[in-house]
Parts: sequence; structure tokens; C-alpha cells
Amino acid sequence: MAEYKPVILQGQKTNDDEILAKSPLDAKALGGDSSVIIMELLQRFKVRDVMKRQVITIPRRATLRQAQVLMRDNRISGVPVCEDGRLFGIVSVNDIIRGLDGGWMDDPCEKHMATNLVVLEAGMPIAFALRYFNNYTYGRFPVLDSNRKLVGIISQRDVMRALLYELSVEIRKLERKTSKSIAETSKEASENYFRREWAVVRNDLSRAGHAANDIKGILRERKIDRSIVRRIAVAAYELEINICIHSHGGVLVLMITNDSVTITAKDRGPGITDIEWACRDGTSTANDWIRSLGFGAGMGLSNSKRVADDFEIKSEIGKFTNVKCVFNLAPKKSEENSAS
Amino acid sequence: MTLSEVCEKVGGEIVVDVEDAKAESVYVGDLLSDVMGHAGEDCALVTIQNHLNTIAVCTLVGCSVVVICHSRPVPPDMVEGAKREGVAIVVTPLSQYAVALALSSLPPC
Repeated sequence: MAEYKPVILQGQKTNDDEILAKSPLDAKALGGDSSVIIMELLQRFKVRDVMKRQVITIPRRATLRQAQVLMRDNRISGVPVCEDGRLFGIVSVNDIIRGLDGGWMDDPCEKHMATNLVVLEAGMPIAFALRYFNNYTYGRFPVLDSNRKLVGIISQRDVMRALLYELSVEIRKLERKTSKSIAETSKEASENYFRREWAVVRNDLSRAGHAANDIKGILRERKIDRSIVRRIAVAAYELEINICIHSHGGVLVLMITNDSVTITAKDRGPGITDIEWACRDGTSTANDWIRSLGFGAGMGLSNSKRVADDFEIKSEIGKFTNVKCVFNLAPKKSEENSAS
Repeated sequence: MTLSEVCEKVGGEIVVDVEDAKAESVYVGDLLSDVMGHAGEDCALVTIQNHLNTIAVCTLVGCSVVVICHSRPVPPDMVEGAKREGVAIVVTPLSQYAVALALSSLPPC
């Protein structure tokens, strides 16, 4: 290995490898210090999203010389040996150097190619691919689909390019969000608009009612009519309990403007199959444990609907349920109506 | 009706004493959503639900006395919550219906 001619190596080893030897995407950079956004991207992105799909390949019978020409013309440092999608091996720069040195450049590739290959699968997360780049010294990995067919090739450079692009998209999103929240803050100031939200944890009944109680306190402080406060508190409590016992968790949001109070319950699923059924009095999917505590009688949504001046529910199976109750501060519904 | 009068009528014991706690009406219910929909302010809630969420519901509807039936034990977090929120708790060996009869001089909510 040590006796190869450096000139040849320089000529063949074209672009990426040296640059990527200094790539910041090494194990340390991807460890615990990485930001949440990067870690999330590394999991969200799959090898197939990043790999090059146009793979230059060579058949088994082709000579090493043909492989060398192919690599030089396409400025690549390795070529998969492949027929009808089936991967047999890889001819790398090292194989060419050895061939030039040993004088077997006219031998078929299959005789000298590397056959003990490390491959990636198209569905693997990028995080996995990066671990491979760190564990092995290869500059690129062939990518196979679930049928073991060659579908692409991936280099560290491909990963870096994709990540940099996605990061710039994320940063743009963050910037937009920031300017939006600034706009909202000024709207808040101009419209005397108040907003607060409470996280509601799944099955944590010991804390259930905290948000509703806080909401009641906030409304009382603002000298809102007691009968309206009571209706709002009932809806807030029912929706809080609903998030707690039926969903994967979510938030309860209070919004106060000059003429209305809105309680919105947003959860992260599992969603409601039949909204009309769920809103009917006495229908519930609650378990015995919940029922033994006096909940899950199937009155939550119907109670909330009854006390609110405006009620809206949206749900998507497996994704979310959003319930919005609006209360006019100039009351339309009387306390008698709300309590009957 | 004052707290001590309620306690005396149902033959119970005051577990959480709140000064000025009073009952002007009565609501009997074990379903907290039902209680929330129907119980009125300053009522006595007659229930077997011996847990903290009952206090949360009482706070929301403005009910100031809870009568726990069948001598069910009141857990410490419920006692703490009731003290914090100013909700009185009376525990009685009577059933819900027996308590309703005992408090029959008070109107329904």
C-alpha cells in the first residue's frame, strides 16, 4: 500500500474526500451539544431524501481500466459494480492504484473489486448514516431499497448539503415566527388582548382543574360578571379534564378581548372518530378508573357546548382535537340556561 | 344553614372547618360533570367522591360545603385543597338519600 505513486493518487482523488476529512459533521459535533433542531432533522430525514439517485455503475465484466476512465470522467472516487439493480461490489481508487501498480488494469472488475460491503438502507434516518461515516472510513455508501436493489449512493457531502439547506429553511421559519410574535404582541397591546396557555398532562388528574381555577381567578380580577365567569370556568374545567383523560396531552388556552373570552383546548390526538356522537350527553369512551372518580360520564363536551355562546370542534384521527368555546362579555345566554 | 347545623343534622363530623361556610341549597351527585352543570352557588354538595377533584369542582361552581357519605375517608390532599380553597368538608355515615332527607329544610339548587 505504501509504494503507490503519489502523483496518481492526487490525480484520482478528486474533490470531496479531503474536504470532508475536515467535515464538521463528526461524532463530536453530533453529540449532546447539538441543537434540538439538528437532532430532529437527523431523525426526520431519511437516507433516501439525501442520497444521489443517479448512480454511475459498471458491470462485472468491465475492466479496471474502464472503471478508471469512468471515475476520472465523472470525478468520482468509487464506482459500484452492478447489474440489473443487483450490487456485486465496489471498485475504489485504492483498487485502481493497486491495479496500476500491479499491472492488472485489463482484468475484469469482479476480480479485484471489494465485495465485503457496508451498505445503507433507503429508509434509515440520516443520524444512522452519519454514525456509519464515523465508524467506517468510507467516503460513500451504496444505498439499497427493501428488495436489496441499488437505488442510490450517499456521501458525507450529500448529507451536509441537505442539512445546511434544511437548517436555512428552519432558520427562515424561526425568523418569520419571531416577527409574527412581535406583530401579535403589538396587536395585543393595541386591542387590550390577553392570552395565556396551560399545559395539560395526560392522566394527571391530581393537577386537573388548575388551569380552570387560574382562569377563574384571572376573570374575577378583571371584574367580569360572576355568572359569565362561572360558565367559562365550567367549560375550562370540562375541556381540561377531557385533555387529561382522553388525549395524549395538550394545552388549554385563554384569550380575552374587550368583548369576548375564548377557551381553546388543543390536544395531540388521538382524535375523535364521531364528533356528533361525542358531543351527545352521556356518551363516553372513558375507562372504569376515570368513571370511578366521577368523570367520563360523557357530559364534558355537551356541558361545554351548553355554557358557551359559540362552540366549535375540529378533530383529525391520529392527530389532534381542537375545541373552541367563545363567551360574549355582553351575555346572551342567561345563567339559568347555562345551569339547566 | 350554618356548617355546624349541617353537621348536626347529618350526624357527621367536620373534617375541614371554614368560618362562614353556609348552605343555602343542596345538590346530590357523584358525577362531577353533572355537579358542575347543575349545582348552585353556596349549596351543600352531597357526594361519595372523596378526592381532590371534588374540591376543584366546588371551587368552580362556588359550592362551600361538601358532605361525604358512607364515612368514606378524606385523603390528605383533599383536606389540603379544601383548606386552601375555603371549602368545608363534613363526613357522615349516612347515605346520599338519608342526607337529603336530613337536609330537607333546604331547597334544591
